[in-house]
Amino acid sequence: MAVISEPAAAGRRSPFDWLQTILPKLVLAPSFAVTIICVYGFILFTLYLSMTNSTMMPRLDSWAGLVQYEKLWADPKWTISLVNLAIYGVLYIGISTAIGLLLAILLDQRIRIEGALRTIYLYPMAISFIVTGTAWKWILNPGLGLDKLMHDLGWTSFTFDWLINGDMAIYTIVIAGVWQSSGFVMAMFLAGLRGVDSDILKAAAIDGATLPQTYRRIIIPLMRPVFLSAFVVSAHLAIKSFDLVMALTAGGPGTSTWMPALYMYSLTFTRNQMGLGAASAVIMLATISAIIVPYLYSELRGGRRD
Amino acid sequence: MVPGPRSGLSVALRWLLFAILGLFALVYLFPLFVMIVTSLKTLDEVRAGNLLSLPPNPTLEPWISAWSTTCVGLTCEGLKGYFLNSILMTVPAVAISAVLGALNGYVLTKWRFKGDGIVFALILFGCFIPFQIVLLPMARTLGLLGLASSTPGLIFVHVVYGLCFTTLFFRNYYAAFPNDLVKSAMIDGAGFFRIFWRILLPNSIPIIVVTVIWQFTNIWNDFLFGVSFAGGGSAMPVTVALNNIVNSSTGVKEYNVHMAAAIIAALPTLVVYVLAGRYFVRGLMAGAVKG
Repeated sequence: MAVISEPAAAGRRSPFDWLQTILPKLVLAPSFAVTIICVYGFILFTLYLSMTNSTMMPRLDSWAGLVQYEKLWADPKWTISLVNLAIYGVLYIGISTAIGLLLAILLDQRIRIEGALRTIYLYPMAISFIVTGTAWKWILNPGLGLDKLMHDLGWTSFTFDWLINGDMAIYTIVIAGVWQSSGFVMAMFLAGLRGVDSDILKAAAIDGATLPQTYRRIIIPLMRPVFLSAFVVSAHLAIKSFDLVMALTAGGPGTSTWMPALYMYSLTFTRNQMGLGAASAVIMLATISAIIVPYLYSELRGGRRD
Repeated sequence: MVPGPRSGLSVALRWLLFAILGLFALVYLFPLFVMIVTSLKTLDEVRAGNLLSLPPNPTLEPWISAWSTTCVGLTCEGLKGYFLNSILMTVPAVAISAVLGALNGYVLTKWRFKGDGIVFALILFGCFIPFQIVLLPMARTLGLLGLASSTPGLIFVHVVYGLCFTTLFFRNYYAAFPNDLVKSAMIDGAGFFRIFWRILLPNSIPIIVVTVIWQFTNIWNDFLFGVSFAGGGSAMPVTVALNNIVNSSTGVKEYNVHMAAAIIAALPTLVVYVLAGRYFVRGLMAGAVKG
């Protein structure tokens, strides 16, 4: 091995040197190729499908231009899906962020059992959305769930029928979604709080700032990057929401809890409207990209500057 | 970090603090408690009691039913086969994607080449696409490869779409690893794999744990790929089987069995979380906030 000790010396390149220079790229190549094909190639394929009249099977020769997109925006089920996504997204992101920030601030007050509490707040993140949906479907069961519990506790006029009430069912998904991921938002804020320079806080204390003032004026403004990250991650999860809806309401009652991911799945796999399904997937990708690309760009650039 | 009890918070406020934190803890634990007590009751006891009432005569019948006799579609053999499917799918998928991610991260940080930044950015973006955009072509591809509705097919899918995360984790970890060590090993004539094996890998235990836990949790909990590429088939993972049990429209709703089945499906990731929660959190953070 020591014989070939200067691979950098140009001019006398042995096969070993050549192998050493090509090897790293060779190792990376399969992953890169698979990414190019299965991410970018497939995106293009879906984009193309969305411009054909494919129904049950892909029909690549049936060019349709933007017809599927026109149909999509004219489809009431798609409108319902978008409205639901807006309701779910706003409430899910807003409530998760509020609870996450509150819990993180409270936990940051030198709580002795912090570790145990953190574990409890965060465990839902480790389980599948299908399990979460199954559990909440039972808890919110009209008649046997919360209803019965409240009646047994003496509140006999209590009724909770959101799961079978088309106007309210979307909020059951918010409840389960917030339960599942607010602990994660808490963990993000807690990490942010732990990173605050203690000198700033000492200076604030010397200036006579009270604790609430310190949080409102100094610490929370310092959390701006965490707010951004939490927003990006939750928005991303919200747009992709599929499992939870399937397990909790399966889109029902009727189509009242449809969301874009469920729309795509239903149209493509159960209603044989492949072109329309592909068009909805393209809109989902475009929406997520609009949020993720600027975020990734700034994160990667930020990383380089450090 | 923030002024402690002596410098501000009165005793009363401190009690309020504990009360709020405790209340939230109860809310988070409530569904788990409900699942456990419901799974230990007979169906009559479920109907007679309420969510919080303890089982008068705890029984394991629902668990046995969920594991080996309840119906998933038309097959009434419980969850056990699908649980095994999930293991057979998850273990190889985690191993393969972690190894590839480690090698990719190594190349992208220690054997840099022109354009490596773009290669990384292209791979990274794959983490964030909504998978709906690849479902149709992937279904066709699996069909062409003869892997439709099969465990190897699902392994392939999970490796492909897990690569970006594993690459990201290892790249960020190795970026902080001193280049000098690698350089001096090169001068000593150590080759590509020897440097990786002898120098980087022994120092990679923490990131390996983070990656394995992250991948294990994501792949075990996956539903979309499972239902799209193996829904209804014999290779169905446990999440899809659970959903079929709970949302089947025929027969009596056996809530106790549903809860037992849900706990069974959640158990592996819950155990991992309890045993290695610290690493789980680190993985979440690494997936959310990039360096």
